[in-house]
Amino acid sequence: MDKLLAKEIYYEMFLGRAFEYAAKEYYMQGNISGFLHLDIGQEALSVASMKAFAKGDVFSTYREHVMAIARGIEPKYVMAELFAKADGVSGGKGGSMHLFDPSHFFYGGDAIVGGHIPNAVGCAYARAYQGSEEGVMVVFGDGATNGGAFFESLNIAATQKLPLLFLCENNEYAIGTHITRTAPFREQAKKAEPFMLTMSCDGMDAQAVYKSVSKAKDLIEKGHGPVFLEAFTCRFEGHSMSDANAYRSSLEMKHCKNKDPLPHFKKRLQEKWLCSEEEITALEQKAQSVIEEAVEFAKNANEPEDKALYEHIFVEA
Amino acid sequence: MLYREALNKAYDETMAKDENIVTLGEDVGRYGGSYRVTEGLYEKYGEKRVIDTPIAELSIVGNAVGMAIGGLRPVAEIMTANFALLAFDQIINHMSKLRYMSNGKLTLPMVVRFPQGVSRQLAAQHSESYEQMLCAVPGLKVLAASDVNYAYHALKHAIMSDDPFIFIEHELLYNKKGEVDTSSVIDPFKAQIRKEGEDITIISYLKMVDDVMLAVERIEKELDCTCEVIDLCSLNPIDYETLQTSIEKSSRVVMVEEDHKTGGFGAQVVAWIAEELFYALDAPPFRIAGADVPIPYNRHLELLSIPTPDSIAAQIIEWGRKNDV
Repeated sequence: MDKLLAKEIYYEMFLGRAFEYAAKEYYMQGNISGFLHLDIGQEALSVASMKAFAKGDVFSTYREHVMAIARGIEPKYVMAELFAKADGVSGGKGGSMHLFDPSHFFYGGDAIVGGHIPNAVGCAYARAYQGSEEGVMVVFGDGATNGGAFFESLNIAATQKLPLLFLCENNEYAIGTHITRTAPFREQAKKAEPFMLTMSCDGMDAQAVYKSVSKAKDLIEKGHGPVFLEAFTCRFEGHSMSDANAYRSSLEMKHCKNKDPLPHFKKRLQEKWLCSEEEITALEQKAQSVIEEAVEFAKNANEPEDKALYEHIFVEA
Repeated sequence: MLYREALNKAYDETMAKDENIVTLGEDVGRYGGSYRVTEGLYEKYGEKRVIDTPIAELSIVGNAVGMAIGGLRPVAEIMTANFALLAFDQIINHMSKLRYMSNGKLTLPMVVRFPQGVSRQLAAQHSESYEQMLCAVPGLKVLAASDVNYAYHALKHAIMSDDPFIFIEHELLYNKKGEVDTSSVIDPFKAQIRKEGEDITIISYLKMVDDVMLAVERIEKELDCTCEVIDLCSLNPIDYETLQTSIEKSSRVVMVEEDHKTGGFGAQVVAWIAEELFYALDAPPFRIAGADVPIPYNRHLELLSIPTPDSIAAQIIEWGRKNDV
């Protein structure tokens, strides 16, 4: 990782967090409704995985604002979607959980836990069939690894030797239930071991995530077959804005926040890449102003017209 | 040509033209298809385009959704309607919704085909009909093929369309004989009048059309009337225009379907008639449908659980006498 990329990753992590805090604020003010799942604490994983998997298709979950932005979708279009506006990335018809943009090869935004994994398998099949050089990455949480869709997908991807990276964000909680109460072990990669190469990394360390995803991407695209990468991470907020996070002790939260990826990566920027305080402050200020502009854009964006109700159900009327 | 051969012809002609078309399902490839619909395709188009899958219906449809996102045109075969229930998350939460949720950014050119209905003593987990559930889902086009020519044209249309289709077949129709007319293309969304008549409109679809046709002669003789038999063909959207023309002429309507009566597909058709054509009717609309029971194994009980040509004729004659036909 060179200095330019390191700065870009820090900028996008900071941008992502600022976006999420703004989303939280405008949810509390009533501009944003529905379910809102914040990514605060998991930015290293969301940003560095997208930077390492810069090309190829990505299928993700409902906690995807930061990934969508790191994939190249402008924050203003993501914010406008959260504000349910016609100018939002999904026209105000998807919302926070359903951000799609095929021009960035980003396919949501799926809110059926594990339901998008078979879709990623099918897309990987298509890419192999087309002789594409790019593979597919599917991102899901530890909770999704307990479902049938996940196991069916491991089996098919391994049998067909598909160019598919399974990226498991293990934050240890399925809403409020700890993974050790629903699975026999803490490391979910064990479930994939009979089928494919498994790897793990510290999901709170952007550099480690970047390195592991890059390696896994290289493997799947060189005909190795699918790879399972487990990144251990920690979300700082509740599952969604409707979750008071009462199931985690203050000690557990303190331990969790000690691993905050932003100050850690900032320190590395200064020590390893010799970034000055001024350089870093400039990045942070730029990110803040982009988010302020995104909020202004979302506030002033158009509401969908009534006719949008019946639009885009089918291609052919 | 047989019904299954007409479906095979639709596959073959479309696959020959467009290499983005692939098909997947249990035993569709080397085995030749459980009902021989995909026979010969594996040998002709190879294992990359005719894909034998594990017994994992969720993935068969889920993978097809992903293939469609990735630019292919998948045709998924599910062995029978009851097994499609394992794929309902993918059909309803993904296949039908991704285009709408993405505001038209995603396009899903795909077909999910399966046979349904009572065959012969396959019992409750292999005999049911689920068109009523799938027609209640916005975002799916649902076709039901009752005859050879329609099967060929409608499947070709579905495969070449950019929209997601549910294509329903019937286990007892695969060996039905008929002609395929390739001289003109038919509109798969238009209901077809299988027999013209003046006094009673009988609406049906899929295999029940054949059973109605077998009952009609007795009904006409006993009631001294003529019946118009309409095959809906497309269950979503429904060709209400054709229904209206016929009902305004006959002023009497019977809906015949094989699925369970409560919440059955015909309930929607009859509700529409009651709302829109109430004053055109000279008798209450009449529904003949399957009994509200799981389909039993015993042959006698099995036949009691669904409409048959005899029970259709007997019920329509009784209804007709009560309603001055």
